[in-house]
Amino acid sequence: MRIIGSLLLVIVLLLIAYAGSGPAGLTPLFGIVIPYIAIGIFILGFLWKLLKWARSYVPFRIPTTGGQQRSFPWIKWSRLDNPATGTGVIGRMVLEIFLMRSLFRNTRSEIVGTKLVHGSSKWLWIGAMAFHWAFFIVLIRHMRLFIEPVPGYVHFLESLDGFFQIGHPRLMMTGVVLIGAGVYLFLRRWYIPQVRYISLPADYFPLFLIIAIATTGVIMRYFTKTDIVAVKTLLLSLMTFSPQIPEKEKIDTIFYIHLFLVSALLAYFPFSKLMHLGGIFMSPTRNMANNLRVKRHVNPWDYPVKVHHYEEYENEFRDKMKASGIPVEKE
Amino acid sequence: MKRYVYIGIVAFIVIVTYPFWSAGKAKKPEPKLDTPEIQKLVEKKCVEPKEFMKREHMKLLNQWRDAALRDGTRVYVNSEGKEFTVSLQNTCMKCHSNKKKFCDECHNYAGVKPYCWDCHIAPKEEEGQI
Repeated sequence: MRIIGSLLLVIVLLLIAYAGSGPAGLTPLFGIVIPYIAIGIFILGFLWKLLKWARSYVPFRIPTTGGQQRSFPWIKWSRLDNPATGTGVIGRMVLEIFLMRSLFRNTRSEIVGTKLVHGSSKWLWIGAMAFHWAFFIVLIRHMRLFIEPVPGYVHFLESLDGFFQIGHPRLMMTGVVLIGAGVYLFLRRWYIPQVRYISLPADYFPLFLIIAIATTGVIMRYFTKTDIVAVKTLLLSLMTFSPQIPEKEKIDTIFYIHLFLVSALLAYFPFSKLMHLGGIFMSPTRNMANNLRVKRHVNPWDYPVKVHHYEEYENEFRDKMKASGIPVEKE
Repeated sequence: MKRYVYIGIVAFIVIVTYPFWSAGKAKKPEPKLDTPEIQKLVEKKCVEPKEFMKREHMKLLNQWRDAALRDGTRVYVNSEGKEFTVSLQNTCMKCHSNKKKFCDECHNYAGVKPYCWDCHIAPKEEEGQI
């Protein structure tokens, strides 16, 4: 039900976009109004989440210590997995963000015969790396439709991405990798019983949504085609705040479906697990230096506690204590 | 610590609004069809209908390349049964001799760099010549 429900939700979104921009002819709604609202929700929601997280208290140093902490000079120190300095933290974050280092250290435990065996398991790391990098490159490649003149780095990325010059328009590897990795990550969730048990609609829905976005994009590029010049004109008009739906050229419904799904993703983003995009930077277990043995960290919540120790207590109640026969220290 | 949060927020806003502040002036491409060869044509028609060519020309060109170079087929029969010689330089570019105004105008706008001209020799055009 979790899976089917998420899938149905994506299909419903697809049908809304299809019916709305096709038969109903509400192209200004799907081409201008909804994308603007979605971007607004994305930016404001993202900022709201960041500020909310920034306001929360982090009174203690809680970095995860993935190796030997800094100690005596003759003890080998794990600089990146247990950083004690700001530079070390930056190194750790860079590796975390670009190479997903902590996922790389994923392990898997199994009972082989009568023994419990722990081993390295890189499958999730491989799938996640392929998925994230492909998505990122696809996103940057889209800048050709948002910026005029098209920046050089976009051409450079495209030339690498379409290196094999398969077909025309030439095949972009990242498109294939993105869909492939998305499907792989879904199948992984589905097949492994433990992972399936802990998976929620909030895990399936964004995955299906991203697969649907990539698929509509691939269909548009390689199969049904659309008037790309009209698409860029529309997007540039949105970017310069003079929105205009091109009248003469008719942009195909598939484009509006693609755009609507992207809008749905943007609007959903700040309220979902996808916020790990911002969250990774604000994780105290990753962005704090383990300098506990170097610097003294005073608990910011310490306040002067009103104490009433025994001497005072006895002074206050001495008469009563004596009267009831309780021994006292001072007569 | 708060300082980093502000830096992060500013960075986020700058990155997310990147397409907004760098979009540039939208100058729509206007591909030109008025070459001398096209003027001479009685019936101004490409090998296939205009709408088809607009969307599918890259696929057609790819088919032509495979047909001519891999299968040695130099004759293309279009949807109306008319025959054409399969050749980029002698058929396509004969009419569309204005590569800069006809091809590049839209390709540059959409950021497309077709690899036709890796092998083919691009026609020489002088400034001002159509």
